[in-house]
Amino acid sequence: MSNTDFVLAIEDLTVSFDGFKAVDALTLYVDKNELRVVIGPNGAGKTTVLDLICGKTKSTSGSIKFNNKELTKLSEHEIVRTGVGRKFQTPSIYENLSVYQNLEVSYPKGRNVWGSLTFKRTEAVLEQVNKIAREIMLEEQLEMEAALLSHGQKQWLEIGMLLMQEPELLMLDEPVAGMSAKERDQTADLLNRICQNRSVLVIEHDMEFVKKIAHKVTVLHQGKILAEGTMEQVQADERVIEVYLGH
Amino acid sequence: MNTLTDKLLGGKQGAIGLAILAAIILIVLPLGLDPFRIGMVGKYLTYAFVAVSLVLLWGYGGILSLGQGIFFGLGGYCMAMFLKLEASDPVSTKIQTTPGIPDFMDWNQITAIPLFWQPFHSFTLTILAVLLVPTLFAFIIGFAMFKRRVGGVYFAIITQAIALILTILIVGQQGYTGGVNGITDLKTLLGWDIRTDHAKYILYYINAFLLIAIIMASRYILSSKFGMLLLAMRDKEERVRFSGYDVSNFKIFIFCFAALISAIGGAMFTLQVGFMSPTFIGIVPSIEMVIFAAVGGRMSLIGVVYGTLLVNYGKSVFSETYPELWLFLMGGLFISVVMFFPNGLAGIYTDLMKKFQSRKTKSVPVKLEVVAVVHEKTESEPILTSEPAGAKA
Repeated sequence: MSNTDFVLAIEDLTVSFDGFKAVDALTLYVDKNELRVVIGPNGAGKTTVLDLICGKTKSTSGSIKFNNKELTKLSEHEIVRTGVGRKFQTPSIYENLSVYQNLEVSYPKGRNVWGSLTFKRTEAVLEQVNKIAREIMLEEQLEMEAALLSHGQKQWLEIGMLLMQEPELLMLDEPVAGMSAKERDQTADLLNRICQNRSVLVIEHDMEFVKKIAHKVTVLHQGKILAEGTMEQVQADERVIEVYLGH
Repeated sequence: MNTLTDKLLGGKQGAIGLAILAAIILIVLPLGLDPFRIGMVGKYLTYAFVAVSLVLLWGYGGILSLGQGIFFGLGGYCMAMFLKLEASDPVSTKIQTTPGIPDFMDWNQITAIPLFWQPFHSFTLTILAVLLVPTLFAFIIGFAMFKRRVGGVYFAIITQAIALILTILIVGQQGYTGGVNGITDLKTLLGWDIRTDHAKYILYYINAFLLIAIIMASRYILSSKFGMLLLAMRDKEERVRFSGYDVSNFKIFIFCFAALISAIGGAMFTLQVGFMSPTFIGIVPSIEMVIFAAVGGRMSLIGVVYGTLLVNYGKSVFSETYPELWLFLMGGLFISVVMFFPNGLAGIYTDLMKKFQSRKTKSVPVKLEVVAVVHEKTESEPILTSEPAGAKA
């Protein structure tokens, strides 16, 4: 595969589980500083695409290039270290640690055994934690045990944990699921702020929310791309209305 | 507050706890007990090494090993082999068919000391073997398991199987290992008689100091970022992996470190008790060690030492009077601790302290500080799993 200017270039990606092709010859490009939303009916393969990019699932064939670096052969932690961050569907945070500790553990220094034993909390670490805490609106909750946060705050915390690593590509799986209307608005603002100097890939079902954030929308159906374009273009597409939006 | 001493002692609270423990095992017990009893306490304290290793491995790491006896035993056997060779000089074994070899080899028609026994002529090599053999063995097991992402119940069962295999191997190879009797009749260490009361006191103190040093080293590990990562891995292993950490390496390290601690305990056991046998390797002792840790509180490095002493004291009292009831009592104790006091004695203590303090400082707002020192944390988590504990919350 040739090199491209895209941050993320997925070409001919296929994964089959016992003959069932969850993702079928998918080709998808994400630009620098782009916020892309992937929508589609249940079972379309949206989460599987994220799993493939971050290495949770191994592809059957095809290529995933991040800044022209092939990811399909790397292990999960190596992919993260190239600059890819991924948020899971259900908030995945360390409930027994404080908000501060959740963020500090995610700081990208001291990532091997020896490094973690000799890790020192420097000014830079404190600054980064405080900066991110402000960003995700959890400044006041730094000392709180993460288990005590509201559902929406947990979602933000996980986004914050990813931001600690300053990823170039941020992947979010249904970031507003289970949030109140106010929290959804705040999250939309948050995403619009954090996509300033990085690319963001979001899976979402909430069309109102998608309208607020998406630069471009990709519609997946049965592991294939059904349509791609701006929100208006996609909403006007008859095939999309038939399989997804119409219901 | 991030200084080295703080990390070793675990802050003011931790330092007080450690000082009390040190006072009890270094001053109170030696003054209050006769040499026979002090020998018994010394023996129990060697089990406490294993209990401390389980705090790191099980309490913080969420990795339940039901085979810590393996490493305790390997450390103990390495030391026993050295002492046995020293005790088997040609003069004191002259009635044997082949003088100068350990008695059990002679009984099994072996006429020369086997090759793998040779390094144990040297005390230096023996110390190295005590420290390295169990650690390397743990590395092999850990590498094979954790790189394949074997965890939870499966890991526990496999460690148990290995403990059983090792016991069978030692019992079966009587000529090389002393079989079911183990390696007995140990007399001197570099010419120094280890059976006298005087020697027992000295060995007791060496053992006690080593235990305190190991607790401090463990405190350091738990208060570092490594300790936070252990808790994080126990909570949400996937999240740690997808934050750029190679989770298996951290698990391998803590498993090896736990093996090292257990092995030092095993070697001190051999020195103080004067023999080593397969009964300290197998399934039963390995599970007993887990019970000591559970009773003491698997999140507390200090608590497990008290837990070990108490359970063993109970064992010696009850098993003398009602030998057949003891095992049921022990099992019942384990189940009830896990069900009602998941953080053991240390958990009960912290709960009481919290109640006491909140009564004292009801109106004073508590100023919180950013603290990464996570020692003596007391959250619970379902036993036997490394699955997310928060799922039920």
